[in-house]
Amino acid sequence: MDATSTCPSYAARDYKSEVKPVWCPGCGDYSVLGALTKALAELSIPPENVALVSGIGCSSRLPAYTNVFGFHGVHGRALPIATGIKVSRPELTVIASGGDGDGFSIGGNHFMHACRRNVDMTYIVMDNEVYGMTKGQASPTTAPDWEKSKLTPQGTGINPFHPLVIALAAGANFIARGFSGDPNGTAQLITEAIRHPGFSFVQLLSPCVTFRPEQRDWKDAVHPAAVDPTDDPARAARRLMTDDGFNIGVLYRGNRQPFQPALKASVDSVADLEKEFVL
Amino acid sequence: MRMTARSVSITFAGSGGAGVMTAGSMLLDAAGHAGWYAYMTRSSGAQIRGGEAAAMLRLSTAPVQSHDDHYDLLVAIDWQNVGRFSAEVPMTADGLVLGDPDGGEFPEQILAKGTRRADIPFKKIAKEIDGGRPNMIALGAVAALIGLPEEAVLKVVKDSLAKKGPAALAASEASVRAGAAFAASLPPSKRLAAATGGERQRLWSITGNEAAGLGAVRGGVRFVAAYPITPGTEVLEWLAPNLAKLGGALVQAEDELASVNQIIGASYGGTTSLTATSGPGLALMTESIGLAVASETPITIVNVMRGGPSTGIPVKSEQSDLNIALYGLHGDAPHLVVAPNSLADCAFSTQWAVHLADTLQTAAVVLSDQSLGQSRATIAPPADPGLRANRLRPEGELGDERYRRYRNTTSGVSPMAVPGMKGYQYTADGLEHTEVGTPSSQASDHSTQLDKRLRKLTAHDYGKYWADIDGEGEGDIAVITWGSTTGPVQEALERWRAAGKQGRMVSIRLLSPVRPEQLAAALEGVSRVLVVEQSHGAQFHRYLRAHYDLPGSVRAFHRPGPLPIRPDEIFRQLADWS
Repeated sequence: MDATSTCPSYAARDYKSEVKPVWCPGCGDYSVLGALTKALAELSIPPENVALVSGIGCSSRLPAYTNVFGFHGVHGRALPIATGIKVSRPELTVIASGGDGDGFSIGGNHFMHACRRNVDMTYIVMDNEVYGMTKGQASPTTAPDWEKSKLTPQGTGINPFHPLVIALAAGANFIARGFSGDPNGTAQLITEAIRHPGFSFVQLLSPCVTFRPEQRDWKDAVHPAAVDPTDDPARAARRLMTDDGFNIGVLYRGNRQPFQPALKASVDSVADLEKEFVL
Repeated sequence: MRMTARSVSITFAGSGGAGVMTAGSMLLDAAGHAGWYAYMTRSSGAQIRGGEAAAMLRLSTAPVQSHDDHYDLLVAIDWQNVGRFSAEVPMTADGLVLGDPDGGEFPEQILAKGTRRADIPFKKIAKEIDGGRPNMIALGAVAALIGLPEEAVLKVVKDSLAKKGPAALAASEASVRAGAAFAASLPPSKRLAAATGGERQRLWSITGNEAAGLGAVRGGVRFVAAYPITPGTEVLEWLAPNLAKLGGALVQAEDELASVNQIIGASYGGTTSLTATSGPGLALMTESIGLAVASETPITIVNVMRGGPSTGIPVKSEQSDLNIALYGLHGDAPHLVVAPNSLADCAFSTQWAVHLADTLQTAAVVLSDQSLGQSRATIAPPADPGLRANRLRPEGELGDERYRRYRNTTSGVSPMAVPGMKGYQYTADGLEHTEVGTPSSQASDHSTQLDKRLRKLTAHDYGKYWADIDGEGEGDIAVITWGSTTGPVQEALERWRAAGKQGRMVSIRLLSPVRPEQLAAALEGVSRVLVVEQSHGAQFHRYLRAHYDLPGSVRAFHRPGPLPIRPDEIFRQLADWS
């Protein structure tokens, strides 16, 4: 993580913009925005040293609502943009954010490879098990028997994608699950994720009150993880494979070396490279 | 009686592992040491090992940009499947085909009417030398036949084999000498005049793909994302170690979607960024190239064209990605398309594209192709024109004013802040947006930003680089072409002039945005236009028809790859029109 010792202190509001969110009243993503700005204030990172990248979808609207450097890209491609920023500007704090459709379906390959590459960044996925912006279709994390979508009126019949297990297997260095209805706990998770070196993945259960109103019950389903985070991938795998999907907390803390090219010149100029062509 | 010529064309052929490419590369380097210009194209099947291969060279006393119509000399180290190259290696009537009588069945189809044939027992000669190598014997024989000084060949052998130890070096030297000795018994061949001494300069040996990489770093590129694809990979392979030396980085991405988005990210962070690909990869990138255009994030994509559609012919050249490069983006997305028109020009055109992309904050596509990218040539060192990535940055404190990243300026270019600049935070967006960057679906915002993004490209002064014009104001016939067909067009025009005729050539380097006034001026006094391109669908001809007024009558000469367009085809087009 970047040294922030000489920074002035900031309040959460210093990270918010004046743009009014397009989210529905009651959307879980409002709390995620609050938790993220709180975490940044806790870390006191100057807003100009933060890059927040997203793809497309309700939750991907996040950057415009913040006062940091944002990039609202195309569907599924937040992680490669974030990778390009961090690798070329390692001193910046880089955060990618988005939803379950953006991250695990169209962006699935990037998700796997971002975990594997282990660049020092944080990826926050607001998971509501539905495509909200396109008016309620099944996402990769939707249960197979959800019949409310016109696209799959008999349900998808496909087992849901398990992002935490995939992240662990692919090599993510920090894995946590949070719930948007617990803004303080979520802020704490994001703070830890940003602090942890390498690729940190935070799944945030964030209800869609419009297309999945039954998700209002999540507040009663979530519970803190009963065990301390482990750095043993095998133990973490067993836990993640067997938990009920509502375990909240840091679930894995790895210690893999992050990927970062040196960016140290060994020649003075391009002219020095041209010698190889001379006969 | 041997005849001396301005250029001589040679092919080494044989089965994979016979050392055909090594012999070709060494002949090219030796020619360079002797002060000759050389141009080499490799040809092989899709198999990685064991397939037949051919190294096709043209050596000349003057700079050479493309292959000739025919080959004067074909040397087969063995005959296994060499017949497959018969269409690619048409022989001259007075040419010479050499091969090992013990090297398999002789392919009759490679003999043209009158082409002479002679035997050279490579295997047998090699056996008589301790560690003898048939390909080095072939190299020695060819050098002797065309009049290339033996010391130039021995210098290259020494340079490249010294590290293999004295025994290997001695064996290769002996093989070269044995080949040269045997050549004395062979029928005469075309010889090149000795290169003139005195003002001879040190030549470079370089491929078009390496030249593109050099142009990129000269232009200021310091971040590259890479996904391998034939024939674009060598651009990336050259950049990987060299970027690291310059303090930059190359990251191998998981796919082309990741490549293009990684460079968008790095560029947004303030680092000049590029990727290289070929047709299928470009197709995958188009959505995100639109993002770069809409968010005004500078990126450059070097697209090394190959035969299409779909997987097509990955190892052969074609100019058929023109349509996708020009029109492949969804929505109205004005961007730059720049095409190098020679192997050496891959350096300049890539550098210029990088400079333009950063200056105009847009996406630039460089349309190179397999024949430029994967050919190697000895060239006069290309000077650095000094064009650099030159991005407009905001300056000073903002005060209470909100930073307007997409401010509608007169030029259309708005100062671009980078992360770390206090007070200049903004969100780059592919959604249509206001001047500040807030998403907007208002008609006025949309038209303002569309106009701005178009204006910054059309209002820019591209200077003389938009095209290369040969024979300005000359004659009433003009050949309009682009990219790698420029070399053969120029050669056809030289022959046209040698026949006492007049004509001019316009090779368009800046394909987008279009320059109608400049082309009209270049075609002043023209009543006949011949359009030359290597595509089945006449893509370039249709593009010209759509965007330019062409004077008088127009003929389109177009055909697809994989065979290169030869100068005599174009010459015939001119001659038939007189």
